[in-house]
Amino acid sequence: MQTYVSDTLVFARRSAAHVRQVPEKLIDVTLQPLMFVLLFAYVFGGAIAVPGGDYKEYLIAGILVQSIAFGIMGPATSIATDLTEGIVDRFRSLPASRSAYLSGHLLAELAAMTLAIAVMAVTGLVIGWHIDAGLGSAAAGFALLMLFAFAMLWVGTLLGVAARSTDAVQGILFMVVFPLTFLSNAFVPAGSLPAGLQTVADWNPVSIMVAAVRTLFGNPTALPADAAWPLTHPVPCALAGCALIVAAALPATLWCFRMRTTG
Amino acid sequence: MYEITVPSTTKSAPGVATEGLGKRYDDIWALRDLDLQVPAGSVLGLLGHNGAGKTTAIRILTTLALPTTGRARVAGFDVVEQPGEVRARLGLAGQSATVDGLLGARANLEMVGRLYHLPAAEARRRADELLERLGLTDVADRLVRTFSGGMRRRLDLAASLVAQPPVLFLDEPTTGLDPQSRNELWDLLRELVAAGATLVLTTQYLEEADRLADDIVVLERGRVAATGSPTELKARIGGERLEVTVGAPKDVGVAVGALESFADGPSDADGLRVTIPVRAGTRLMEVARALDAARVDVTDVHRREATLDDVFLTLTGVAPASRKAA
Repeated sequence: MQTYVSDTLVFARRSAAHVRQVPEKLIDVTLQPLMFVLLFAYVFGGAIAVPGGDYKEYLIAGILVQSIAFGIMGPATSIATDLTEGIVDRFRSLPASRSAYLSGHLLAELAAMTLAIAVMAVTGLVIGWHIDAGLGSAAAGFALLMLFAFAMLWVGTLLGVAARSTDAVQGILFMVVFPLTFLSNAFVPAGSLPAGLQTVADWNPVSIMVAAVRTLFGNPTALPADAAWPLTHPVPCALAGCALIVAAALPATLWCFRMRTTG
Repeated sequence: MYEITVPSTTKSAPGVATEGLGKRYDDIWALRDLDLQVPAGSVLGLLGHNGAGKTTAIRILTTLALPTTGRARVAGFDVVEQPGEVRARLGLAGQSATVDGLLGARANLEMVGRLYHLPAAEARRRADELLERLGLTDVADRLVRTFSGGMRRRLDLAASLVAQPPVLFLDEPTTGLDPQSRNELWDLLRELVAAGATLVLTTQYLEEADRLADDIVVLERGRVAATGSPTELKARIGGERLEVTVGAPKDVGVAVGALESFADGPSDADGLRVTIPVRAGTRLMEVARALDAARVDVTDVHRREATLDDVFLTLTGVAPASRKAA
């Protein structure tokens, strides 16, 4: 167990060293979320009306959830790259724990996500976002975001060990995650969407996650009166969703990793 | 200068031993019935073309792949039952193993040392020692992705030596190296073996196996085609080859006739080129005179060392199909 922890830290440090060499990776989790917050707040903000509140109050939870969902990209591309370049063989021939390689990646990515969440929250506060809830509820909101990040990173790890190339990873992400985050209530109230899309947005897990974060932060949720059941009970649904994702992705990842590397 | 020391294993426990080792991918046997006995402190050369099963054998012995059949022990431990013990005692370099392009050379070695569970200070010390020994001190902090192929190879080898493992596996260690780097690497490997290391190396070059190995196993399509010491194998295939290229197809037969008195085995004609094993000490002038006397239109004559292709030609009577075109 002790060596598992120290092996994990060695791999996490390796990922951190990569960030120093490839600063773009740091931009992904700092400047990019900052830019998203500013763009949406000032470009779309004026055009989107939110019933019962200000758009900036509404936006931040959406941006946070979207950025975390895109965090799938981090472990997916770095692990896929490692696997195509064969360095994983080097690691597997060493007496280090084999799954520490995965947990090291995860730990480093989780640190990066924490930084991204902090950047977005601070930017939000600066431009006029408020948390209108008690300290406990606000802390629960951040905890839920971290849990969501943890779940998404497992999805990314699974993609990384399952994908044949880094290009495949990017393709999958843009075909799935991009529409999924936009066909939700993350940026616009679902009530403003055409009827068919509104149904999609109502049942979209991203919407449920965003609604849960808004609820915990005391931000306007702008839900229509006839919102779907998961949206009116977002916090337990979001918790269950994250747990379900981890419960599915974790064993699938370990299985894929073993299959992929035990040739 | 730093001396590389390798803890010697007990002579009674063989460095590497396998019994009926085989690996099947879907319905293709990449390796079949491999029996090896590599005493501690000796060098085994696995000789064969691409796809002969060399890398598969190395992958099984280094716990990267599970065998379909048979058993293997490395430094006295079973590769399937006690993979952790095996990994703690092996070093791997070459084709399949690699280094991290986004780290510096020293950082790579330190990371590997930490993953062998060396204390941080010890990992650092070993990294510096190996960088110096392999002539990489000047580039210790440079990103490895900027390295030349030869520098990468050296770093890869250094990574396999970090924990001073008693058994080393090198998968085509000199492929792509220039002659000077290759000679330096050979010297280093001899030094490691003199210090007690057991070495299993794969190569496509007969010369390399000849220079380094105590024993050679020739693999062809996953099976053992021949085994023996380099001297034994060379005695069976003959040492030198004469290659004569003639100007017209009708001259091929005439040339073979003219060369008969020098021949040390059956000749092989491929288009306009005649290859014939010759006795050691055959003089090119005499060959040229004989060809001239037979009025053969010769465009080229040269003498060369026996190659892996010659080994196969002599052992099996057919040159490997994959190389025939080359």
